[in-house]
Formats: sequence, C-alpha cells, structure tokens
Amino acid sequence: MSLNPVLPAFAARRLTKRFGRSTALREIDIELEAGRCHVLFGRNGAGKSTLLLIAATLLRPSSGEIFFGGDRYEDLGDEVRRRIGLVSHQSFLYPDLTVLENLEFYARLYGSSADASEALFFADLDLRRHSPVRSLSRGMLQRLSVARALLHRPKLLLLDEPYTGLDAVSSERLSTRLSDAKGETSILLTTHDVERGVSIADRISILEGGRIAFDATGATPSEVKRLLLEIREITG
Amino acid sequence: MRSFPVVLAILRKDVRTEVRTRQMVSSMFVFAVLVLVVFNFTLFLDEIRARELGPGILWVAFVFAATLGLNRSFAIEGENRCLSGLMLAPAPRSAIYFGKLLSNILFMLAMEIFVLPLFVVFFNLSLWELLTPSELATFFLVLVLGTVGYAAVGTILAGVASNTTMREVLLPVLLFPVSVPIVIGAAESTRLLFDENLDTTPWVWIRLLVVFAVVFLIVSWLTFEYVIEE
Repeated sequence: MSLNPVLPAFAARRLTKRFGRSTALREIDIELEAGRCHVLFGRNGAGKSTLLLIAATLLRPSSGEIFFGGDRYEDLGDEVRRRIGLVSHQSFLYPDLTVLENLEFYARLYGSSADASEALFFADLDLRRHSPVRSLSRGMLQRLSVARALLHRPKLLLLDEPYTGLDAVSSERLSTRLSDAKGETSILLTTHDVERGVSIADRISILEGGRIAFDATGATPSEVKRLLLEIREITG
Repeated sequence: MRSFPVVLAILRKDVRTEVRTRQMVSSMFVFAVLVLVVFNFTLFLDEIRARELGPGILWVAFVFAATLGLNRSFAIEGENRCLSGLMLAPAPRSAIYFGKLLSNILFMLAMEIFVLPLFVVFFNLSLWELLTPSELATFFLVLVLGTVGYAAVGTILAGVASNTTMREVLLPVLLFPVSVPIVIGAAESTRLLFDENLDTTPWVWIRLLVVFAVVFLIVSWLTFEYVIEE
C-alpha cells in the first residue's frame, strides 16, 4: 500500500534575497502544510516581510525556488496570483473610491464572481459600504484589507502583521475570521503579537538575520517569548 | 485574453476616480490654458504668424499639460501602495500598463477637446475656414496619434518615476527628451495643415508619428514588468 503524501501549500527551497549589499533572506527552507496556519515571529528586519512579498510575487528571489502545491511558481505563471491573497502593511485600497467600489474593483481584477456585499457583511462593514475609504478608521481599513485579500477565495493567504493598529475586539474578530478560513485556505502570517500568533498557529518559526532560527509545532506563548529573548541576547 | 478584463477594470476604476475627484483633467486643462494665455499675450501674432507658430504653441500646451496628468496618473497608485495591489492581479503586468495608458489617452483627449476651442479664440484661427473637411479629419488624426504616442512613452516613464523619491521632477526630465520626435512630428504635421502657402504633405510626419507610437507601445509592453518591480 502506498501513501499519497499531501503536498505543501507553499514551499521555499534555499531561498535567498539580496538588496544591493544587504541580504534579507539567507538560503531559507520553509514549508506550509495545506490548510494550516504557519506564524513567523522575529524582530524588525529579520526577513519576515521579504519572505511574504516573495511568496506574493511582488519581489523576485535572488536565488532559490518557491513552490505552490508542489508546482514551481515559474511553471504556474501569472495564474499563481489567482490563488494568493495578501494583507500587507499598506491596504492597497483607493481612498477616493467607496468601500464597495474597492471590493468590486478587486473582484474584477481577479475575474471573480464573488459577492462584494457578502464580503462586507463578514467584515462588519455593511453599513459603511458607500463611505469613501479615506473616511475609515485604522481598524475598519484593516478589516477591509482582509476582506479584499479573501474576496477571490485564495488557497494561500499571506498576512504581514495584520494585528497592528487593531483594538482588542477587532483583533479577536480577525483571529476568528482567520480560524474560520483555515482548512480551505493555508495561512502564512507574521506578527509581533506572540499571544495571538500562537493562538491560531499550527506551526511557528522564528526568523533572525534572514535565517530560520527556530521552527516547531505546539510551542506555548511563554516558550516563544523566551526563545525570542534568547535569540536577541545571542545575536546582540 | 487574461489581460483584457484587467485592462478594462483599471480603465473603469480610473474614470470613476476622475469623475469623482476631477483632479486630472481639470488641472491639465487649466495648465494648458495658462500656456496659451502666456504665448498669446507675449507674442502678439497676426494671422499669418499665428498659422506658422500656432501649431507649435498648441502642442507645447498639450505636452506640458499632459505631463502634469501623467504624474498624477501614477500618484493615485502610490497612495496606500495600490500599485502593489494591481501587481497581484493574475494577468501579465503589461495589462497594468495598457489600463493606465487607455485612461491617460482618454483624459488627454478630453483636455485637448476643451482646450482646442480656446486656442481658436486666442489665436483667431478658425479651423472650419482654415481647413477643408479632409484636412480637418487629418488634423484630428494627428491629434489622436500625437496623444497616443506621447501617452505611450509617458505612461511607462511615469511608472519609472513613480518608484523614485523625485517623481514630480524626474518625469519631465526623462519624458521631454525621449518624446521629442513625437512633439516635432505632431507640431510639423499640424503646421503643414494650417499653412495654406505650403505644398508639402503632412503624411511623412504622420508616418513618423505612427512609427514612434508603435515602437514605444512595443517597448513598453515588453519592459513594463521590470519597470514597476522594486
């Protein structure tokens, strides 16, 4: 009897990214299991955002390979982007368009028949659908960014510090939304919020100086905090 | 075919934003009118001199105003890094170029249609009396070709400039030297149409406009992906 191994949703092999003389990622190997949530911790400049931007095809790696479901990104071409959603530090939303118009625009961009109104209902922005994005609070903007990234039902969701600027209620709501999305969607998330990160993670990694310094499943928040402190003390 | 819906979505989004904010066409229009006013009050042209110099002045007004609009075209993609959002679309990135190009052509033509009657008034050149119907059609062809050529090179250079900190300054510095053949071609073919004493046909210049527009479109199509990457 042969077992059919489940292919990782996303994988990087010996991934390196250089910006001029500085190296953001150094021969990283990482795998994200399908339907799981992998949380990346690490201080600013550790390479977390660079990894996400490469996974989203917004940056080209200097060397190494990246895979989606076992296929190389190059082989999938532009179509790979249909399967990816990205929540970045910036919202990618047009300030002069309304909340609904922004989502309708992104649905058209992806050729998706997704119902923008339904997405707004889940983002709890139904009552603000005709408000210009310029008028939204930071929390509302972040919820709309998540709705935008999930609108075309991506198989891989990339979130770069999504809890930044959110109050406790909004953060809790976001965690619930991400937990609901898990299974159908694989999630790669970076955060400095150890408690929340660990609470939704199936696997965690700590990045330091462009390398993976620690990688484990089932770590507790206190263990992650201790490891982050130890790594900081060792590397200075 | 994957590009077409993305091109249309960007065009539709840009038109909607422009209808709401009225920033691009109105600022281009005001700037073009100011250029015409300055030339009108400094040169004091009679009708014969106006026929000679008017086409050059008209195209100077058009290209200066268009540069203002081209800068704005990518500035709206810079807010909240919306350009990265466009780059996530599952289509070749040249689709972003063609979407922005179409909206730039549309806004430039809109500005030109509003500016043209004022040019006629300021320089006392009645196009209906000056040109035969076929010459008038040729003039509008020159207007479209000049606009397409200038927008073709301007859109990609606006993309280049948008990734820099000196974007407002850099675009004219890059754009004016590269677009010289288009501006000369457009101004010369317009002058040959306006000046009834000249027997030379404008078609040599019109062919030049076509060649440059096609070359810039192909080069932009092939290179835009690399231009917008950081």
